[in-house]
Amino acid sequence: MGNVLVWFVWFVAAFACLGSALAVVSFQNPFYSALALIGNLGSLAVLYLLLSAEFVAAAQVLVYAGAVMVMFLFVIAYLGGEADAPWAGGPSWQVLAAVCAASAILVEIVVAIGQTSGGRLTHAPAITNAFGSPSEIGRLFLTDHLLAFEVTSIVLLAAAVGGVILGHHSRVEDERRARA
Amino acid sequence: MLGPDVTWYLSVSAILFSIGALGVLLRRSPLIILLSLEIMLNSCNLALISFARQNGESSGQVFAITVMAIAASEVVVGLGLIVAMSRRKLPLDVDRLTTLRG
Repeated sequence: MGNVLVWFVWFVAAFACLGSALAVVSFQNPFYSALALIGNLGSLAVLYLLLSAEFVAAAQVLVYAGAVMVMFLFVIAYLGGEADAPWAGGPSWQVLAAVCAASAILVEIVVAIGQTSGGRLTHAPAITNAFGSPSEIGRLFLTDHLLAFEVTSIVLLAAAVGGVILGHHSRVEDERRARA
Repeated sequence: MLGPDVTWYLSVSAILFSIGALGVLLRRSPLIILLSLEIMLNSCNLALISFARQNGESSGQVFAITVMAIAASEVVVGLGLIVAMSRRKLPLDVDRLTTLRG
């Protein structure tokens, strides 16, 4: 009974995930695309829960579907109608080439995973309750992956400084442009 | 493990990655390209977490969280660039941005 339920939840989440990803790519209005991406991130969080990654699922909803997407929506609202992205433009051979390249990537991934796994992917080992718990993730971050943790902090600092510099409104520059 | 094998999750992740790649190649608005990049990063996260479950090893989840932090910083810089472009009255169309000069 539990098995059937998990399969059902998996199917709903997987199809919601793929459908909303297609919606992100195909909507003309970026606002709707961003909303569809929120749905995509939410259904991915359900898949993470099924893989017993509770902490990552929580971080996904809080950080991604919360903070990052709010930033996206703010920028889209700030740009207003300027942000609209109609489908027009571009020769049809470009569209065809893009579809071909994307399917080639799909085939490549499937072949690469299939060849290297060699049928070893069917039996997942039993796990304890600690798997994916915040304490386990925190322990790994502070022991085995300390370097990644520290480098991430530097990257975040660089991104924050870069964001401030990019958004900086220079008065001198404005006056120069007004004169020109 | 209840429910589907890791293979099923990996196929979802592969399809998701190619949908994201299609978006990056097909669309011209830098905003939609950023959103498609997010889809690609998230599909990689799904693959990492599936392999973590497959090997019974939490390290994959640590990688996924690191990827999430990198994606957040990438969004900050990308959105900053888009806002700077719109403030300089540049067209929001990657095909028409043929020079990097401000």
